[in-house]
Amino acid sequence: MSIALQTRGLKVALGGHEVLHGMDLDVTAGHWTCVVGPNGAGKSTLLKALAGLLPFQGQVLWQGRSLLEMARRERALALSWLGQGEATSLDLRVLDVVMLGRLPHQDWWSVPSPADHAMVEAALKATQAWDWRERSLGELSGGERQRVLLARAMAGNAPIMLMDEPLANLDPPHQVDWLEQVQCLKAQGTTVVSVLHEIGMALHADDVVVMDKGQVVHHGPCDHEATRRAMEAVFEHRIRILLADGQWVVVPRSA
Amino acid sequence: MMRTRPAPFWALVLLMLGGAGLVLGTAVGSQGWEVWWTAAQDPVMQQIVRDIRLPRSLGAWLGGALLGLAGAVAQGLFRNPLADPYLLGSASGASLGVSLYLSLFGGSILATAWLPRLGMTGAAFIGSVLAVVLTLTLARGVQQTLRLLLAGVVVGVVLGALASLVALFEPQVLQAMQGFMLGSTSFVGWTSCALMAVALSLSLIVAVALARVLDALTLGEATAQSLGMPLRQARLLLVAAMSLTTAAAVAQMGLIAFVGLAAPHAVRSLVRCKHSGVLLLSTLMGGALLLLADVLARGLLAPQDLPVGVLTAVLGGVYLLWRMKPASEGRS
Repeated sequence: MSIALQTRGLKVALGGHEVLHGMDLDVTAGHWTCVVGPNGAGKSTLLKALAGLLPFQGQVLWQGRSLLEMARRERALALSWLGQGEATSLDLRVLDVVMLGRLPHQDWWSVPSPADHAMVEAALKATQAWDWRERSLGELSGGERQRVLLARAMAGNAPIMLMDEPLANLDPPHQVDWLEQVQCLKAQGTTVVSVLHEIGMALHADDVVVMDKGQVVHHGPCDHEATRRAMEAVFEHRIRILLADGQWVVVPRSA
Repeated sequence: MMRTRPAPFWALVLLMLGGAGLVLGTAVGSQGWEVWWTAAQDPVMQQIVRDIRLPRSLGAWLGGALLGLAGAVAQGLFRNPLADPYLLGSASGASLGVSLYLSLFGGSILATAWLPRLGMTGAAFIGSVLAVVLTLTLARGVQQTLRLLLAGVVVGVVLGALASLVALFEPQVLQAMQGFMLGSTSFVGWTSCALMAVALSLSLIVAVALARVLDALTLGEATAQSLGMPLRQARLLLVAAMSLTTAAAVAQMGLIAFVGLAAPHAVRSLVRCKHSGVLLLSTLMGGALLLLADVLARGLLAPQDLPVGVLTAVLGGVYLLWRMKPASEGRS
């Protein structure tokens, strides 16, 4: 199995405090890797460092190449990013928002090509947001906006997709839709790395990275017992992971 | 409000409004409405129209266009609908420049002789640019938006206080400063028009070229960066364009309130488009608004010449209050 992203001795400091303490991580190409852990574990910081959005020490390697040596546009073509609470202005049309995902593919003065339009349409249809294409983000609910923003990230068609809390504001049926979209992306060969708080959803991933206090405490496939035990331990055994109807489910365990 | 008309339609409407404003502007004189085309053969009237009314009207349009553009850049760059062109302290810097000039060299803000005129314009321009440089220094660059906004507020307050202090020690400056603080187009000539046209052209090219960065910034800093946008360089250029436009307008006309704030809001209430459209339309909207306000200011109480800044403050304030209603009823 080839490695899509690697970190070696990755350290990140925020506001003078070290948040990640020398992490080594290998993300398998074509897999969906989910990062879980308690609040403040450094999950989002790790994801931002993987995307090259934060200054860091150590190395982040994309297919063996240092992220820092790649040009801005080259990095944007390789890595697609979906952050938390993205949209700050709600005036843009849905179509224009999703077209922003194609910026790395366009020359500075060029207008969107037919290929750009086709990708935008496909992404909007995949997230079932095509019908709102002429509306502005401000006219949509939080969950609908999230689907548009997911379409924006998908429109970039990057080989690696990094998503920070992509299920925020999504109702259960649309969380299931998101799961199906991730499976589709995987089928196309896309590597997906996501930070999720919904542990039940995270258990559908191929690999889980369990983090605590800025370090990886476990990294392994979901179907390994050790992975599930590590997840229970990192949440201080306040949750239990059980098998029900052939699926792993998370139930709270009272103190 | 249904925003179904496309941007080119509104561009045409605003251009026509500007054109109508120019025609009206040349028909308002010191005695009120004096329609020049009925006395087109009168050489005195020709000279009045050519040397006073036309540059003043064109200057009002250019000044409004500068402020409209600066407002659209500020609101896009700082991702804040309350951002206005004076946000980085340029207004207070210009006020301090003018008050220092008046206290050192005397004279009236309404002086038309070219030397004092140039001196005051230069003082306002230098004050405005230095204030922005001071803000950028305090904020240690343009990278951190919040730090930049805070630095702008601090510089604005401190330089404003210094300008007041100068006026306190030199009471004769106080009256002269009034004209500047209220904003007026009455001393705009062809030289001012040329300066403003150059500043507008340069800034518009820079802003429209970087419109896609402003679009990307609507999705937040991290996402814009992930899309490969050159944020640092773009910010620097956009702040420079915003400062140039604001300084050029303030230096020629004093402090005109609300145009920079209201023009982008008015555009967004008419049409939903990307930043390239918002920037261009805000320019046209700012021009039309200030020119029409100037025509009103000259004609309303003629022969009394109302400072146009007073009128834009009143009209702009009423407009923004009216705009707040649908905004507060919007979907969360």
